[in-house]
Amino acid sequence: MPASSHRLSGQKAGLKLDRVCIAIQGQKLCEVDLAVGAGEIATLMGPSGVGKSSLLAYVCGTLAHGFDVTGHVFLNGTQIDNLPPQDRHVGILFQDDLLFPHLSVGGNLAFALPAHVRGRDARRDAVEQALITANLAGFADRDPATLSGGQRARVAVMRVLLSQPSALLLDEPFSKLDAALRDQFRRFVFDQARQQALPTLMVTHDPDDAAATGGAILTLTGQNHDVAEPG
Amino acid sequence: MAMPGAGYGRCDGGYVPKLLKYAPGLTVFLMVGPLVAGLLGTVLPAFGYLPALGGGQWSLAAWQELFAQPGLLISVRLSATTGLLATVISFFVVMLFCAAWQGTRAFALMQRVLAPILSVPHAAAAFGIAFLIAPSGWVMRAVASVGGWDRPPDIVTVQDGWGLALVAGLVAKEVPFLFLMTLGALPQADAERTRHVALTLGYGRVAGWFKTVLPRIYPQIKLPVFAVLAYSASVVDVAMILAPTTPAPLAVRILHWLSDPDLSMRFMASAAALVQLGVVVALIVLWWGGEKLVARFGRGWAEAGGRYRYEGSVRTAGALAALIAAGMVLLGIAGLAVWSIAGFWRFPDMLPGQWTLKLWLRELPALGDGVINTIIIGGAAVLLAIVLVVACLEREQRTTVSRPGRGALWLIYVPLLMPQISFMFGLQVFFTFLGLERTLVSVVLAHLVFVLPYVFLSLADPFRALDPRYRQTALCLGASPDRVFWRVILPLLTRPVLAAMAVGFGVSIGQYLPTLLIGAGRFATITTDAVALAAGNDRRMIGIYGVLQTILPFAGFGIAMLVPAILFRRRRGLRSGT
Amino acid sequence: MPRLMARLIVVATLGASLTGFSPLASADPAPDMHNWDAVLKQAKGQTVYWYAWGGEPRINDYIAWAGNQVQEKYGVTVKQVKLADTADAVSKVVSEKAAGVTDGGAVDMIWINGENFAAMKRNDLLFGPWVEQTPNFKYVDVTGKPTTINDFTVPTDGLEAPWGMAQLSFFDDTSRVKTPPHSAQDLLAWLQNHPGRFTYPQPPDYMGSSFLKQVLTEVVDDPAVLQKPADAADAQKVLAPLWNYLAKMQPVLWREGKAYPANGAALRAMMADNEIDIGFSFSAAEVSSAIANFELPDTVRSFVFDGGTLGNTNFVAIPFNASAKAGAVVLADFLMSPQAQLRKQNPEIWGSFTVLDMAKIPAADRAKFDALDLGVATLSPAEMGNVLPEPHPSWMELVESEWQKRYGVAQ
Repeated sequence: MPASSHRLSGQKAGLKLDRVCIAIQGQKLCEVDLAVGAGEIATLMGPSGVGKSSLLAYVCGTLAHGFDVTGHVFLNGTQIDNLPPQDRHVGILFQDDLLFPHLSVGGNLAFALPAHVRGRDARRDAVEQALITANLAGFADRDPATLSGGQRARVAVMRVLLSQPSALLLDEPFSKLDAALRDQFRRFVFDQARQQALPTLMVTHDPDDAAATGGAILTLTGQNHDVAEPG
Repeated sequence: MAMPGAGYGRCDGGYVPKLLKYAPGLTVFLMVGPLVAGLLGTVLPAFGYLPALGGGQWSLAAWQELFAQPGLLISVRLSATTGLLATVISFFVVMLFCAAWQGTRAFALMQRVLAPILSVPHAAAAFGIAFLIAPSGWVMRAVASVGGWDRPPDIVTVQDGWGLALVAGLVAKEVPFLFLMTLGALPQADAERTRHVALTLGYGRVAGWFKTVLPRIYPQIKLPVFAVLAYSASVVDVAMILAPTTPAPLAVRILHWLSDPDLSMRFMASAAALVQLGVVVALIVLWWGGEKLVARFGRGWAEAGGRYRYEGSVRTAGALAALIAAGMVLLGIAGLAVWSIAGFWRFPDMLPGQWTLKLWLRELPALGDGVINTIIIGGAAVLLAIVLVVACLEREQRTTVSRPGRGALWLIYVPLLMPQISFMFGLQVFFTFLGLERTLVSVVLAHLVFVLPYVFLSLADPFRALDPRYRQTALCLGASPDRVFWRVILPLLTRPVLAAMAVGFGVSIGQYLPTLLIGAGRFATITTDAVALAAGNDRRMIGIYGVLQTILPFAGFGIAMLVPAILFRRRRGLRSGT
Repeated sequence: MPRLMARLIVVATLGASLTGFSPLASADPAPDMHNWDAVLKQAKGQTVYWYAWGGEPRINDYIAWAGNQVQEKYGVTVKQVKLADTADAVSKVVSEKAAGVTDGGAVDMIWINGENFAAMKRNDLLFGPWVEQTPNFKYVDVTGKPTTINDFTVPTDGLEAPWGMAQLSFFDDTSRVKTPPHSAQDLLAWLQNHPGRFTYPQPPDYMGSSFLKQVLTEVVDDPAVLQKPADAADAQKVLAPLWNYLAKMQPVLWREGKAYPANGAALRAMMADNEIDIGFSFSAAEVSSAIANFELPDTVRSFVFDGGTLGNTNFVAIPFNASAKAGAVVLADFLMSPQAQLRKQNPEIWGSFTVLDMAKIPAADRAKFDALDLGVATLSPAEMGNVLPEPHPSWMELVESEWQKRYGVAQ
């Protein structure tokens, strides 16, 4: 394989998983061949242990050691699976908000804001704008631990978006929210993703989540369901 | 096409700074290098080679002389039995207490008194305990006041032939240490939820804990247990105060032989130091075998399904044992504090008849240098240790840690398992040979050998237990691994990092021989002064220095608790740790 | 860029090396002892690391005073390395010899005597001879106090300078003991009537061994034998009376001899706790100062045996590889001066008897010695009575190893 990244013709915009196959200790977990266009939301479903989360980790570059992976990931025509995670521009949301507890709400958002947004005022404006979008105006100095679950989830979304990703990964992001909040929050996330024309890949167990995307649904069966996912 | 180990698509992304990559190697070298050199300096004389004292050819004379020593076997047996007994009791007290009280207010209370107890140096605790249980001590004074005796009974309590007083002294200090280590392991083993599952299945608290939580945390506290075992079987300072002397445990006799005016005794002392090492190795092997046996029967016991719901007395016993262990140290140090301001104190008075600050006033002006040296040496050793330990752990998180890499890190713990007395002389020769002896650098490096393993032991669990998704999230937000480390990982670990530093600082403060011998007396610390003055056996001076030796580590623990509390006073999510 | 590690290293080095290396002292040529002015000149500016037992604050204070004096007078800086055991100093010198450090060693001076001196002398670990060329040595009472040149019968050969006299004295609580025993045999008889009220530190502790030597000297048939090296063939016969004595003493000792105190200082605490009625020490002024320090009740008094007690001399010696030999020589000379000796004998300061000959020192100094008030519980040099000579060290080695066999293993 040439060390330089190569481009695929005819597939420029969007996220493409080119025959990505994940195996552990010689046992194949899953194989995925998938293209997600800009502003599209694709859904991965399937039983536990089939390697869904591992797949997301592979795409964003944080897969734990011990897996054998073949295949490639392309983002807007560029191969990214040979890049370190911070250079891939792939944002990820987990079921937990994972706000950094030592930073304020504003601090969390500023952490995500790229360094090329320069100047104290410009950065503060960007953070404040994001908070307004999330309906959390004036929350910048708050301790994340004092926010409600729904508020924290929205901050987490805005944090990912502020990092100006080129693709978005969702790892069961709604599973911990109660039913009322869930619908509302789902719509919020999907709207944001579409507005910014992000190719989005979602892992979920909930058919409602999948139905709400209006996009492709891929169900993984896997060959070895009894193999637990490490890490 | 498969590309195993290519490093793509992983946390490191091939971006591991070169020097970070060498951190584990450097750390292992700093631990093992001095030890090997030190051990060599012991092995050679044991077989007759020490030209400085005219030992030029190989011989087994030292061994023959050693085995001809009266009571040698009794000394060896005493070291082994007291070491083993102290470890078994400490281990069971801690496990029983955790099993019976985890998640209760009593448990939280014990966590709070942990820092002061850990701060008391071993020797000071031993003096304190001796004053409690001696025939002329506080307990007997209480009895005598009631019984109207005016002289203490002529019975043996401390320095008893079985070494039970020594065991008590060791248990009192090892219980808090093992408790601290267990506290670090509990969250990683998901102990809280595991415990609840056992409870809902109808198990008693204690039985449920022993059947479900213990097997999960044991692998993590195994090393600390080994460290306790090795320490207890080769302890010198505590033994000199509490152990029998007719004969004394092996380590104490080695020290006497090393101090014998007849310099040819050093050959025999070296041979004895190897025997001491053998005792420790044998005990560890024995424990390891016992552990396999217990695991085998324990599995059957767990699967047998006994619920043991009526456990009131067991829980009480657990609380009582922990209370006695903690109480002995705290009462002991209180005793020392009283002695430090006591005028003449007659038996059987519970308190001195007169009080005086005379000795404090005499000592205080002279303390400055000792305190400053203690802080400089301890501070430098702890800083070095924390940098190396954090670098090792950070590297482990960032890279493929192949099995051999992680296996070599085991070597970090070797200083914990080697009796200090078995390599001190060689270490001294080694540093002299390098021309480093007498420098601050060498004293700090010598302290590092003992400080770093404890820092590693304290920090490894919390570091590895940190939710890896924080790092992943931060990386995916576009932050470089370095930025993630400084801005996310380190702040999130502020509490455990400072706690590990406090533990290390305490260890550094306790070092007497390395400070005196490697530093060639150029760096007088609180501890070198304390040990020298303890030779004068004035209980008031011992009291003053015991209190002083406790204050410094306590300040360390205090800072370790206060700094995060102030730094994160407005961050509720960090208050109970992460 | 390995920025992370670079930052870590900056943090580490800042902490570790702020105060930096202190380079080893350069080689110091042996001072020319026949030219005292040259010695003084060489000493000026040197720092002397004096390894000395540090268990007694009063003594540490005295050493600090002496250091200030030589700083003022000769520009020599003195630093006391406080030891719990003189053996640590010996160990230091041995380890340096093992590492090939024949110059610029860490130890400049050791407070030493007896067996440690004999061992260092035997292993060529000492610098010298130098003592007899020092100006103040002429005041030393080498005839009246022969132990100033014979340390435990081993000739000092100018390798160590005397700086204090020590003599065994006993102390009792006069509120509990009516008539103190006046000999070793008497002590045994008293103990048989008061079982458990006396003990001695466990040999080979210095004080414990000294007690055994005292008994040996009293009970042996011919004390003169003890001044010569022990003859293996004859030794058991010579020592028999001692073992006989101890066999009778053992069952009536404190704790029936199952446990022993660690050192001489422990006897004071046991006295204060009413564990024992009679103790002993090597410092005549110890009791008075212990009373002043609240360590002993004010009813404790000193006494000696009628036939005399064991006496010896404290010395200072200079290791073969010392870094500041001239400075150490100057310090040792000052310690033998009438000024330093007078202060040392003052019980308020220390209370250790002088090594000087009152007839040799200047009259003004003599008057000051005469004027010293020794304190209620301190015996004057005259009251201390006969000084019995220390046996040859070889006897002690025999006694200690035999004691270990008989009583060191109680179980």
